[in-house]
Amino acid sequence: MNKITRRQALGTTAGALTVLGIAGATAHAAATDSRAAATTPAGTVDEVYMGRRIQISPASGGGHHGGHHGGAGTPSVRIDGRELHVMQNADGTWISVVNHYETFADPTSLARAAVRELQGSQLAPMQMGGM
Amino acid sequence: MTVRKNQATLTAEEKRAFTNALLELKRTGRYDRFVTTHNGFIMSDTDSGDRVGHRSPSFLPWHRRFLLEFEAALQAVDKSVSIPYWDWTADRTTRSSLWAADFLGGTGRARDGQVMDGPFAYATGKWEVSVRVDGRSYLRRALGEGVAQLPTRAEVDAVLAMPVYDMAPWNSASNGFRNNLEGWRGANLHNRVHVWVGGQMATGVSPNDPVFWMHHAFIDKLWSDWQAKHPDSPYLPAAGTPNVVDLRDTMRPWNDVTPADMLDHRKFYAFDTEPASAARQR
Repeated sequence: MNKITRRQALGTTAGALTVLGIAGATAHAAATDSRAAATTPAGTVDEVYMGRRIQISPASGGGHHGGHHGGAGTPSVRIDGRELHVMQNADGTWISVVNHYETFADPTSLARAAVRELQGSQLAPMQMGGM
Repeated sequence: MTVRKNQATLTAEEKRAFTNALLELKRTGRYDRFVTTHNGFIMSDTDSGDRVGHRSPSFLPWHRRFLLEFEAALQAVDKSVSIPYWDWTADRTTRSSLWAADFLGGTGRARDGQVMDGPFAYATGKWEVSVRVDGRSYLRRALGEGVAQLPTRAEVDAVLAMPVYDMAPWNSASNGFRNNLEGWRGANLHNRVHVWVGGQMATGVSPNDPVFWMHHAFIDKLWSDWQAKHPDSPYLPAAGTPNVVDLRDTMRPWNDVTPADMLDHRKFYAFDTEPASAARQR
């Protein structure tokens, strides 16, 4: 696969990404529209992007990470089943542990940026604390 | 007295001493404990909750204390060593001597981002990335790919001109000097440099790249430059702020040091740009 730098990818609209030839990988993004499936909660994403499965579940009362990070409103973001640590900024933008100094408009763009950064590598299990 | 020097002015011998001390801390496992600590704070500091190391007023004193601890560890290996600073407004290309094979090594190769030269290349067997967020154990960089340009001197000067240290809500949404320097607002200084380097430097385990220390030594110098420009501007907030380290609150993980203790860097080191340091240098 051609190497797509973050600068190229971030500075490019979805339409232009189609021109770059990764439209197939992003086609499932349409399923994130809440109208697509009545049984799918709003904000849920399950797509294959650049060969990796991205699953996003909206925040729920039964969040399994408690209040350690991100707060109660943090969705679960998984790449090939491994959880990606994400956090929402006060202005509504998002960051993840693999792109920690760069903000994204929504969890889907954040997850796709993580896939590009990982270049096929698997996420390591999340480690909190460790001081 | 420790003198922190511009990395561009280091002699070959000083570069060798610095990189050798880094490799020795890595060998003993001491280095990786700093990476673990940083990542722990990066993941737990939140805008709406408790925040100490990042996105908060204590970003600057926390990193000053963190670098002091690291510098002390380096000096326990070689007492001649101090942390150099990287003025990325001046040394702003991939051709800077900073990235030469006799110092930090260069950018990563296209295929997998792996750094292939210098003392920290994986093939040396001396720099395995073991505190990591994914499966890759080699140092990676993508200089200038995540963002095209490092901040300019004019952008830095505009932030240094801001007279108020920090403002409510004391997080990534704040106006004021601290957040504009950290980069969540405005031209984006500190955060952008992490993104420009790429690889582990763009992640929560950014201290895996030795350039982390030189980047933060320059951020730390900009704090002292700001203090010199605004001698009457105090650290804020002063007291009574939930989730935030006030002037005389202690900071985790040390619990015995406050922002007030960290305000005057001259208690600990001088910069090579300061007149006082010239007399102390040999």
